[in-house]
Amino acid sequence: MDVSQYLGVFLDEAKEHIQTLNDSIMQLEEDPENEDCINEIFRAAHSMKGMAGTMGYKHMQELTHHMEDVFSDVRNGTIKINSSMIDTLFQCLDAVQGYVDNITETQDEGDEENANIVKALEDIRSGKAAAPAPAPAAAPAAEAAAAPAAAEPAGDGDGTKDWHFIQMDEDAKGNIEDLKEGGKKIYGVSVKIQESCILKAARAFLVFKGLEDVGEIAVSQPSSQDIEDEKFDFNFSLVVATEETADRVKEIVMNVSEIESCDIGEFDISQVKTAAEEPAPAPAAPAPAAAQAAPAASAPSTPAAKAQTAPEAAKEATGTTAAKKPAGKPVVSRTVRVDTEKLDVLMNLVSELIIAKNGLVSAANSAGIVSGQVNEQIEYLESVATNMHESVMKVRMVPLENTLQKFPRMIRDLNKTLGKKLELTMTGEETELDRTVVDEIGDPLMHLLRNSADHGIEEPAIRAERGKPEVGQIFLHAYQDGNSVVIEVGDDGNGIDARAVKERAIERGVVSREQAETMTEKECVELLFHPGFSTAKVVSEISGRGVGLDVVKSKVESLSGTVEVKTKLGEGSTWIIRLPLTLAIIQALMIVVGGDRYAIPLDNIQSIEDIAPGDIKFVENREVINLRGSVTPIIRLDEALETETSRKPGENMIVVIVKKGDLRAGLVIDDLDGQQEIVIKTLGKYINKCRLISGATILGDGSIALIIDTNTLV
Amino acid sequence: MNELRDTADVGELIQFIVIRIGDEQYGIDIKDIDNIVRYQKVTKIPQLAHYLKGIINIRGVIVPVMSLRLKMGISEDEITDKSRIIILKGEGNELVGIIVDEVNQVLTIGSNNIEKMRRDDRAKRYDGSFISGVGHSEKGLVSILDLAAVENDSLDAE
Repeated sequence: MDVSQYLGVFLDEAKEHIQTLNDSIMQLEEDPENEDCINEIFRAAHSMKGMAGTMGYKHMQELTHHMEDVFSDVRNGTIKINSSMIDTLFQCLDAVQGYVDNITETQDEGDEENANIVKALEDIRSGKAAAPAPAPAAAPAAEAAAAPAAAEPAGDGDGTKDWHFIQMDEDAKGNIEDLKEGGKKIYGVSVKIQESCILKAARAFLVFKGLEDVGEIAVSQPSSQDIEDEKFDFNFSLVVATEETADRVKEIVMNVSEIESCDIGEFDISQVKTAAEEPAPAPAAPAPAAAQAAPAASAPSTPAAKAQTAPEAAKEATGTTAAKKPAGKPVVSRTVRVDTEKLDVLMNLVSELIIAKNGLVSAANSAGIVSGQVNEQIEYLESVATNMHESVMKVRMVPLENTLQKFPRMIRDLNKTLGKKLELTMTGEETELDRTVVDEIGDPLMHLLRNSADHGIEEPAIRAERGKPEVGQIFLHAYQDGNSVVIEVGDDGNGIDARAVKERAIERGVVSREQAETMTEKECVELLFHPGFSTAKVVSEISGRGVGLDVVKSKVESLSGTVEVKTKLGEGSTWIIRLPLTLAIIQALMIVVGGDRYAIPLDNIQSIEDIAPGDIKFVENREVINLRGSVTPIIRLDEALETETSRKPGENMIVVIVKKGDLRAGLVIDDLDGQQEIVIKTLGKYINKCRLISGATILGDGSIALIIDTNTLV
Repeated sequence: MNELRDTADVGELIQFIVIRIGDEQYGIDIKDIDNIVRYQKVTKIPQLAHYLKGIINIRGVIVPVMSLRLKMGISEDEITDKSRIIILKGEGNELVGIIVDEVNQVLTIGSNNIEKMRRDDRAKRYDGSFISGVGHSEKGLVSILDLAAVENDSLDAE
């Protein structure tokens, strides 16, 4: 299983758990009888074990497993907490932290088994008054990685602090020899940057740049890449080949500000051991390896084998601390987990800002300010506010992927239960939507997919008869279309039999026979969305409990989306879900009806027409107009809104043509009031009966405009 | 008021805003009130219960406004200079505004001086009364508005 996508979550949670453990164990040290604390530790260890197991980190799982065991016994009262045990637990935590650090950097937990800690934990359980585990190699290694400078007194010396000990491989050595033969002088330079320096990487860069102006830097320690990434303390050494004198080189270095000291000398290439000759430090990472060797040698309790064989220590070092990997950049992008509530607050503030901006615009207009400067500033404010809104929106956006990834598995399982051959194709998983939408849309999509598998795709025999490929195709395409996201779910199966739907609807009393007679095929298919409707003759466990498509529909509509279906009998059907990209701020057309202003979401509008009263025809007692060849019903918005139009009967009418899927309708309004970015505010629980009004927005002058949900009118 | 406090244990002191609706005076516990604003234009919303007048904007929050007169079955509000909208903190801190004819004064009444209304049938349904109790102060009696009844919409059916 590819679990890399969960890595970020795993690391975040692991860090949290380690923090919890640290705090709790500390508390336990103060108060060994604290049961809450013991339970907390048990839970954290248990969760970590589970997480590590899922991610396939065996060593970490093993270690946390033993930790959990210990606390299980503590909980049962078979063993008591004592101080040596606390020490062991902290060592254990450090080791876990080591694993997590490794995983952060390389995705790999490393090879360290921490057998000594495991043993110590076992000893605790078996009741031996165990001394704290011998200092495990991993802990000092981690320390060493954090502060390589600590290894200064180590026998071999530190290449970063003193160029005499600089490490290089054969290539670099060859290169230096070539340069020397070319008549250049070779100097070793060690530079120490002041510890108060904030931008040490920048200072180091200036040193490099200065020296490169006069010569060639053959080798540096740490590598220039690490220096660029600030992966060094305050010291670095390099070998430079130049025609300048040593004093001149020193001067160049000291000219860079915040350099504390610079030591320079003739570099004797013959004194240098290449990494291959040098037994102790590993070639890729000489410095930390040396650091590793140092505490190992100075810690008498370290298992002898580890201290004695330096190559093994080096190998271990490469395994445990990833600073030693040449390109040791963390593989996981840095993230901050933020409570969605905080984002909501931020979003609200941005909304207020946009309202204030709109207010400023209308205030400037009404005050008759024509100053170019004011307009310029307003435009600037507008662009800042819009960008800010987009940024906050983006923070809330997550790819659909998280919701979609369970579907292939589901279809595979359905293959078996249904005895059909099915194949699911998904595209556009990376399409991003507001988090709340992504969380909510999973169930409706699952329902549609199951529907396709169960009702859509025919039995294998029928497929063969119709000359279709044996494997039924189910697809899910997601893509962005303007300000909305479209998700299409469909199949190449049977399609929907409009007549069967109609019969069923009559049978169920959803429509009367007379009504059904006049219904178009499309209207019949729409009946599927009626509550309590299910066409499957046999209720199966996959779908067809009669609580299907109407739930899909209401769910999608609650997310301010729409759902429609396209179908052709015998060829398949496609369900098209259209969702708004954002739920909070939209572009809207402002209109006036009966003296009040209303907003219509721009996404719902197809066009605006000027219609003469004489163009209105009556079809089945409904007013319609002929709009470029298609008969479009018109709705008097003043009637729908229970107000009175300010227009006289004989005047030409402004008609806003709104769309809902393939359907069109014309809304008769009094006046247009321009386009505006509006912030959607909910009406609250007292006023939820009116479906026509989906919300309200506050205009620049503080007054309220209602937002018309045209989907309820079409 | 001080005399009262000296002579008897009045219990916890509660401050009430006294408002007038029609000929009646009602007290509203000050802690249930978010804000009091002058009457302003209420944006109408179609298809609402008759006593819900619409919505107003209170510092960027959409707040529904109801007419207590209409809810109580008195005549339509007459908006004057003294008309105010009291913004109440309802259930779950949801705000709701009520139109009152006048805001009179602030009264402090000890909790022991409040006579609770008996409400045996409370569990079943509201009986149309909007009073949860009567407070005694040296300035006379004041009916305490029953906010649960104000915010309850089970009367809508009638």
